[in-house]
Amino acid sequence: MNRTVLRLVASRIAVGLLSLLAVSIVVFAITSVLPGDAAQEKLGQEATPEALAALRKEMGLDRSAPERYVQWLGGMLRGDPGISPVTGGSVGEMISSRLPASLLLAALTAALSVPIALALGILCALWRGSKFDRIASMTSVAVVSVPEFLVATLAVLVFAVQLKWLPALSYTSDSASFVDLMRSLAMPVVSLGSVIIAQMLRMTRAALIDQLGAPYIEMVRLKGASPARAVLAHALPNAVGPIANAIALSLSYLLGGVIIIEVIFNYPGIAKLMVDAVTQRDMPLVQACAMIFCVAYLVLVTVADVSGIVANPRLRHQ
Amino acid sequence: MRERKDLEAMIGPQESTRIHDALQRGASRRDVLAMLMAGGMQAALAGGIASVAASAHAAETPKKGGRIKVAGATAAVSDTLDPAKQSNHTDYIRGFMFYNGLTYLDGSLTPQPSLAEEFTTKDAKTWVFKLRRGVTFHDGKPLTPQDVIFSIMRHKNPATGSKAKVLADPIEEVTASGPNEVTIRLATANADLPVVLGTYHFHIVKDGTTDFNAGIGTGPYKVKEFKPGVRSIAVRNDSYWKPNRPYVDEIEYVGIGDETARINALLAGELDLIGSVNPRSIDRIVATGKHAIFETKAGTYTDLVVRLDNSPGNNPDFVLALKNLFNREQMVKAIMIGRGVVANDQPIDPTNRFYFKGLKQRAYDPDKAKFHFQKSGIGSTTVPVVVSPAATGSVEIGLVLQYAAKQIGMNLDVRRMPADGYWSQHWMKHAVGFGAINPRPSADVLLTSFFKSDAPWNESAWKNEKFDQLLVAARGEPDTAKRAQMYADMQVMIHEGSGIGIPFFMSNIDGHNKRLKGLTPIPLGGMMGYTFAEHVWLDT
Repeated sequence: MNRTVLRLVASRIAVGLLSLLAVSIVVFAITSVLPGDAAQEKLGQEATPEALAALRKEMGLDRSAPERYVQWLGGMLRGDPGISPVTGGSVGEMISSRLPASLLLAALTAALSVPIALALGILCALWRGSKFDRIASMTSVAVVSVPEFLVATLAVLVFAVQLKWLPALSYTSDSASFVDLMRSLAMPVVSLGSVIIAQMLRMTRAALIDQLGAPYIEMVRLKGASPARAVLAHALPNAVGPIANAIALSLSYLLGGVIIIEVIFNYPGIAKLMVDAVTQRDMPLVQACAMIFCVAYLVLVTVADVSGIVANPRLRHQ
Repeated sequence: MRERKDLEAMIGPQESTRIHDALQRGASRRDVLAMLMAGGMQAALAGGIASVAASAHAAETPKKGGRIKVAGATAAVSDTLDPAKQSNHTDYIRGFMFYNGLTYLDGSLTPQPSLAEEFTTKDAKTWVFKLRRGVTFHDGKPLTPQDVIFSIMRHKNPATGSKAKVLADPIEEVTASGPNEVTIRLATANADLPVVLGTYHFHIVKDGTTDFNAGIGTGPYKVKEFKPGVRSIAVRNDSYWKPNRPYVDEIEYVGIGDETARINALLAGELDLIGSVNPRSIDRIVATGKHAIFETKAGTYTDLVVRLDNSPGNNPDFVLALKNLFNREQMVKAIMIGRGVVANDQPIDPTNRFYFKGLKQRAYDPDKAKFHFQKSGIGSTTVPVVVSPAATGSVEIGLVLQYAAKQIGMNLDVRRMPADGYWSQHWMKHAVGFGAINPRPSADVLLTSFFKSDAPWNESAWKNEKFDQLLVAARGEPDTAKRAQMYADMQVMIHEGSGIGIPFFMSNIDGHNKRLKGLTPIPLGGMMGYTFAEHVWLDT
């Protein structure tokens, strides 16, 4: 079993590195065909030909695109994501000032939504067709169909503007107390959570029901096992693969896909940093953010695959 | 407030604003009297006015203390405290918290003494600035002529990358002509030098500064925290040179790009002042009863740009037809919800001291437009008009214009471009398009930047030699009355000849908590021309 897992992880890492390289080339190519460059964006209306030429030289944009790409790649391999031509500051520092905030939001949302989604999904599968199952399924479809910006905006209007229970903005300083932190993150976490809980719940329920129809579960039942045991000890381990993948997909979205939540709550996360970087044509920053999202996604999917294999009795005993 | 109206009726809005400014800076009734008498007013009359002005002001005595949180519309990792590199209102507002200029601009954009106690010139070419004594930087170092020399001359160095290089280039040298005095020598005469030096880029920094993140200046607040793209926290500078200023203990400033988020946070009580409010959101803000809006009438405009060096703009009748098609009153009402002023196809707005009242207003006149359109021979050819959300209001103006054009048989095709990349890719690059211009500190800077024949941003490629000569002559003319006449002539020239159509000037609208007091308009931009920090106070 160990060899299977090791081989899988090794091949995953190799493929992951290749995908990273491909993504970096694609991102670089796409951003270089965007109209205008960092110098033009920075000068805006004030872009005279002389000012542009001087600024391009200062930013190192006078060199050809492949040359810049190779230089960037070399820097990345040494662990240095480079200097932002727009601010003149280190890209690494800019990201490290924002990434913890994003990770905190993602971690809190995950910690809240994964257990809820799993528990509800399992209960739905267990009591399939019951009133509970129907209500939970209906609610989750309804929640999935409402875009999160609507959930978030309505939440702000009700809880911040009308009731004044929670703050409308979610920026918290380092010195804020735990209670303040929870208060200010409550609305972003709930609006993000509502969408991914619904998705994971539906996936868990579907995967379990799929297994519950299999012949071996019938055998388990015939042997006299309780319904709970049939689901938890027999069906669930076989369903971990698809469930873990659904969770991984939902969680990877929490890092880069939360731009709307970051805008509505003015939360200083990394998604907004990347969008700003695109509008300012700050290529090293765009590249670095893209790499982080890509790495996070690959790690999550790999963990999901591995845990699927480890949990699956048939694969485990091969 | 009623007293203020009385005052305006007596001496006109400009003078009234000037006196209110003086009072805000702590002038007494006696000072106002001196100001009015210096202007040639009879002693008795001046005495009466000074009393009215002083009592209008005394109605509200500023209180000290409190903490406020303010939000503007932009925040980016490129936010900077280096005056030379500042490029948007978030930067400018922080600049006015931490620094001072040699002068500052009042409600009519007239330069007033700040770090320079006095400024004099004989020929508008050599200027003597007497520095205020006893001013210290936040780190305790006294202000010296060397700091002023450094702060001004660094703009001329291409390596600085200054946004104000063009404005600084005519400065030949700055020398210390005494222990508390600098002399500035210009290459060509410029009567507006004190205006230029009152703008944000020319804030005074410490000699030799290379890292500006600490924001060491002489200004009313000190930097407590500065995180580019996130927020800044400013704390009161207890040794500020202006007596009793500033009023508020601490100001947190954040940039929130989403207008709805800004307004929600204001209404939820988390913010005390927000910038860039859309006129359509005003009702929502005032409906609470606890919030109000603060309108600054200013020279902000979005203009139709018809390239005169290109077909169809090289046909003067086509341009005139378009200019006569603006239904300006309707646009102000529908697009700005009344928060704007009808303009007259020339860029100097009514708040400017050189605005020419005598210029006849061009009206919406479909018959005249039709006459010129038929004379132009364009016929049914479709003319593309490029609009973009980047030029505020251009989409709406374009559509209103398109409709009016249809009535006289002119075919306009409104093409909407994305805001991203608009200025580099589309502005001034189409035969008919739109631009958007922010207020400039002086008529001279505005006209030199956008209307001089060889200006890089001469939007419509309008060339007029006589205009260029007048522009240079007006710049060097120390006599204000003569200058006003020259600027009037230039406004007429632009109104008649250029390819620019300006339908209206837009107001800047800020929203604030009613407890926040002390806001008076400075027509350079919202939030008191970016200078609110040292003027506002909290009524507790």
